[in-house]
Amino acid sequence: MNPLDPHLFRHEWARLVAALVRVFGVHNLELAEDVAQETLFRAMNVWKQAGVPDHPSAWLTTVAKRRVIDELRRARKQAIAAPEVARFLESEWTRVGTVDELFTEQPLHDDELRVMFSLAQPRLPEASQLALVLQLSCGFSDAEIAAALITSTAAVTKRLQRAKEVVRGSRSLYELADADLPERLASVQRAIYLLFNEGYHGACSEAVVRADLCAEALRLAGLLTKHPRTGTPETLALAALLHLHAARLPARLDEHGEPVPFSEQPRDRWDQSLISRGLALLGEASCGDTLTPFHIEAAIAAVHATAASAATTPWPQIVALYDTLLRLAPSPIVGLNRAIALAEAAGPERGLAELAALDARALESYVFYHAALGQLSARAGDRMAAKLHFARAIQLARSPMEAAFLTHCAARFGAD
Amino acid sequence: MSEFLYLYRNGEKLSPEQMQQQMGRWMAWMKELEGKGVLKNVGHPLERSGVLVSGAKRAVTDGLFAEAKDVIGGYSIVEAKNLEHAVELTAGCPIFAVGGGVEVRPLMKM
Repeated sequence: MNPLDPHLFRHEWARLVAALVRVFGVHNLELAEDVAQETLFRAMNVWKQAGVPDHPSAWLTTVAKRRVIDELRRARKQAIAAPEVARFLESEWTRVGTVDELFTEQPLHDDELRVMFSLAQPRLPEASQLALVLQLSCGFSDAEIAAALITSTAAVTKRLQRAKEVVRGSRSLYELADADLPERLASVQRAIYLLFNEGYHGACSEAVVRADLCAEALRLAGLLTKHPRTGTPETLALAALLHLHAARLPARLDEHGEPVPFSEQPRDRWDQSLISRGLALLGEASCGDTLTPFHIEAAIAAVHATAASAATTPWPQIVALYDTLLRLAPSPIVGLNRAIALAEAAGPERGLAELAALDARALESYVFYHAALGQLSARAGDRMAAKLHFARAIQLARSPMEAAFLTHCAARFGAD
Repeated sequence: MSEFLYLYRNGEKLSPEQMQQQMGRWMAWMKELEGKGVLKNVGHPLERSGVLVSGAKRAVTDGLFAEAKDVIGGYSIVEAKNLEHAVELTAGCPIFAVGGGVEVRPLMKM
C-alpha cells in the first residue's frame, strides 16, 4: 500500500462535501456536512480494525454514494436535492446513474472550486469567509478554527452559523461561468492569502497548526491555478508568493522551537524545490501585461529567495519594489515594510525617518511596528527609545511564544 | 486465563484530522495487544442504527441510545489473567483521549 496521505481525511472531507453539495444543493449544506462526517466516521471505525483499503478514496466514494441514495429514497417528495439535478435524482430510473456521475473525478475538481466560490459571498465579512473556507474546504472543526485564528470556539460557532445561513440562502452552487467571477475570484484569493498569513505570521503557538494552514493555502491555490477560468495571472502570482514564502518555513524555528529572525535564518534550510516552483509560477504569471500587488509581493519574495544572505541582498531593488507596491496598493503595513528595507539599504536613521512619516495611529496596535521601531532605534544607538518600543511590542504580543520571540530580539539589540 | 469482552463506548465528535489521528492510534494499540498475544478476536465496529426488541409482543423500539456519546461503537475480545489484568490492558486505548470509555465484561465460562 502507498503511504497514507497524512491529511487524507481532511482532503477527502473537502472532496466529499463538494460532491454532496452538488447532490443536495447549497440550501442543504448541513445534510452534506453530516453525510461527509458520517462517511469518514465509518472509515475510521472500519479501517482501524480491518486496515486501510488499497484505494481509500474509492472506498469513501462508494460509502458516500450509498448513503446519498438512501437519503434520497427516504426523502421521497421532500426536496432534498439540488434544483439543477433534482429531476434526475428524484426518479428511480436515473437516480443511481446521476449520483455516479456527480461523484466522478473531473467534475469533482471543479466542484471543490465552486464550493469555495459559493463561500466567498461579497456580503460576508472576511473573517467569516475565512472560517467557512477552513471548515468546508479544509475540514477544520470549530475548535480547530478557533485555535488557528486565536479566538474562542463559541465565537467561531456563532460566526459560522450566521455565515452558513447566508450561504444556504443562495439558490445554487456558484457557476464559474458567472459574470461576477472576477469579484468572487478576488475574494477567494484574499481568503487563501489570509489563510496562509495566519499560518505564517499568526500568533498561534502550535507550529503544527501553522504549518497545516500554510499547506492548505498552497493546496487551494493549486486548485485555483489548474482551472482555466480561475488560473489568471493574479492567481499564478499568488501561488508563486505562497510557494516562495512556504520555502522559508523549515528555517523559521530553531532546534528549540524558537522563531529565528528573518536575517539570521540558515538559508540552506530553505526548501529549494518550493523556491524553483515559486519562481516558475512567477515567470508564468508575468507572461502577460497584468501587474497586481501579488506580482510585486512575489517578486520581493523571489529576490530574498535567490539572495545568498541578508547582507548580500540587493536592498535598493527591494525598496523599489515596495515603491511600486505602495502605488498599486497603498497601506501602512506596506509602508512599514518599505521603511525596514530602506533601513537595510541606507541605514537605520533613514528607516526611522520613514517610520516617523507613517500613520502611527493605523499601526499603533501592530506588534511588528513597535518591534521595527525598537530594532532601528537600537541600531541608531538610541537604547532608551529601543527599550520603550520593544516593551510596547511585547505588551501587544498575541501569544506567549510571540512575547518570548520579541524578548529575545530586544536582548539581541541590547534593549532589554 | 479468561476471556473478556471490550465494549467501546464512543467519545465526542471528531474533526476529520482528529479521526485520522485517532485511527492511527487505534491501529497502533491493536497491534500492541496483538504483540502481547492477548487479542483473541479483533472484533467488529457496530452500526449506529439498531433496534431493541422486547416484551411478549416483541415490541420494536428504535432510538434506544439516548446520547450519541454513549453508543457502543464496537467490540473486541481479549484474554487476561483476571478482571484486574483485563482493565490494565485497556491502558493506551485511544478512546479515553476523546471522552469515550471501555466497558470490560468477563465472558462466562461454559
